[in-house]
Amino acid sequence: MSTLTERLTPVTPERREERRVRRRTGYEQPGLLTYALLFAFFAGAAFPLWWSFVIGSRQSSDTNLVPPAIVPGPNFLANAVEVFATIPFLQALLNSLIISTAVTVSVVFFSTLAGYSFAKLRFRGRNGLLVAVIATMAIPTQLGIIPLFMLMADWGWIGTLQAVIVPGMVTAFGVFFMRQYLVDVIPDELIEAARMDGANMWRTFWHVAIPAARPAMAVLALFTFMATWTDFLWPLLVLGPSNPSVQTALAALSASGGQTPDNSLVLTGAVLSVIPLLILFIVAGKQLIAGIMQGAVKG
Amino acid sequence: MTSTSTTSTPSNTLENRPTTKQPAEKRPSTKGRSDLTFRQKLSHFDYKASPFLYIAPFFILFALIGVFPIVYTLNVSLYDWHLLKGQGDFVGLANYESVLSDPFFWNAFGNTVSIFLLSAIPQLFIATVIAALLDQSLRARTFWRMSILLPYIVAPVAVAVIFAQVFNQFTGPIAGLLNLFGLEPIRWAFDVLPSHIAIASMVNWRWTGYNALILLAAMQAIPRDVYESAALDGANKVRRFWAITVPMIRPTMIFVVITSTIGGLQIFTEPKLFDGRSNGGAGRQFQTIVLYLYELAFPRRDFGRAAATAWILFLIIVFAGLLNYVIARAIRTNDVKPVRIAKPKAYLARSNNGGRK
Repeated sequence: MSTLTERLTPVTPERREERRVRRRTGYEQPGLLTYALLFAFFAGAAFPLWWSFVIGSRQSSDTNLVPPAIVPGPNFLANAVEVFATIPFLQALLNSLIISTAVTVSVVFFSTLAGYSFAKLRFRGRNGLLVAVIATMAIPTQLGIIPLFMLMADWGWIGTLQAVIVPGMVTAFGVFFMRQYLVDVIPDELIEAARMDGANMWRTFWHVAIPAARPAMAVLALFTFMATWTDFLWPLLVLGPSNPSVQTALAALSASGGQTPDNSLVLTGAVLSVIPLLILFIVAGKQLIAGIMQGAVKG
Repeated sequence: MTSTSTTSTPSNTLENRPTTKQPAEKRPSTKGRSDLTFRQKLSHFDYKASPFLYIAPFFILFALIGVFPIVYTLNVSLYDWHLLKGQGDFVGLANYESVLSDPFFWNAFGNTVSIFLLSAIPQLFIATVIAALLDQSLRARTFWRMSILLPYIVAPVAVAVIFAQVFNQFTGPIAGLLNLFGLEPIRWAFDVLPSHIAIASMVNWRWTGYNALILLAAMQAIPRDVYESAALDGANKVRRFWAITVPMIRPTMIFVVITSTIGGLQIFTEPKLFDGRSNGGAGRQFQTIVLYLYELAFPRRDFGRAAATAWILFLIIVFAGLLNYVIARAIRTNDVKPVRIAKPKAYLARSNNGGRK
């Protein structure tokens, strides 16, 4: 993980030096007001999540206390157990993990493969095909759900995980993203040299392109995983209630109580559903920020 | 007679071509290659075919899961098409007519635009403020960046579930607060504008920090000496922000607006789960276009009209994208160029995000 950070942001000592220089020349010196405002935004960002946890650990009638409840109660574990009893949450976690991992591996692999070909190999029609990739990037593929649903029904895939995995297996954005990264990062001489040394095309890809592409692959993997994990509309259509993803399970939980839902149970479920990505965020938050700031955005 | 003559002409040219080229090509081509060993031939094939083999999986899969569905949607939209009964009669543009004359479609269109405006405008404003705050030599820089990005990792389903509680008319914390001050409760899930505000605040909560980081990246691309010389000329903080920062991050702001337009027009999860029992409220007061499409396709099983809606939405998105582009160009050409030095810097800021789309 540390090598990744170093590659995404240039060498640390240099950067620290650069920061010191910048501090002298031009960057504003923040006052107390800046920190107060930033803290207010932080509180606004954290409050709904924290409040959900607090209510999840107390009882439903505490939702409208004034001022809002901010001290957790003793019931979180009991509520969590009830969540697992109400919906197949464990299976949902496993399903989401399988779906997101499979989609991520597929998108990263095929994007790197095609991106490398577009960036570094010469072939007839390369530019035209690349333009085709860029053009399709702007198309909201979400609008094709009706034929896609018919296709899945035809294949008998409704209710199965591959109905979610297969439509996510490639993205035009991923190809373009990898191409943009690889075009600068691998010198043409390196590929020529590998070829001179008798490496075939595949070995060149595997031993020259993949190591060079690793930082971008990590960023693409991070964003693909998160996007797949949080997706709702498509899983809602093709996964049944007995084989849910985390998102469809949580939606089912929030509708489970009918007219009088158990608020603290629903919020416990919401908190539980957030934990996996929260862990990912704590581990790879820096890479996520670097990715956003370098332009690794949604398609 | 005519047919033989037409077929003979191409074959003539085909025969002619090799004979004229033969002297020049005789040595290397077929004869030379048969001398190559199997390994060499294999290597040549490897060199020629690999680029295509590497892009093939993407194009084959994308044709199947990306292009085909969109194109086939057009076909479905021209038929009477039922989810279970399948393809019915060809009806031409009747599905489009019935959607475009459906008041519920226009209701959904209005709701979508309203929710979009309520989220895009405050979001852009607050994200710019946050980015400006972060664009200083802060202590614990990474902590502050992570703290504003935190909502981004919360899935829209969880956001909707949590905010549905926060905005509950009777049991939410906001209801408690209003009650304390003796104010009338706001009927968040029943009235049009309050429900739009509640849904827009879900979008704002999740995306403001994300957009702030994009704007921050653009701000950091502005050379610091521009600020320095402005400061020497006596411009204070606020003036420097309006005269330097805002013009220079404008291309990135436009990018943020365009992406949030494309996303905002397709909003589904938040309004769907704000009231999970209906498809956008009991009186459709917050039904969006994609929710309208969903209701047509699944509860009502009318694939033909749902497909027509998908294509209408597609055209709306294309139109909105073009509109954004035209407005952006108009702003840029009307721009007063303050100093000559500003030009290369503006280019810098643009190239910083230019690779993205």
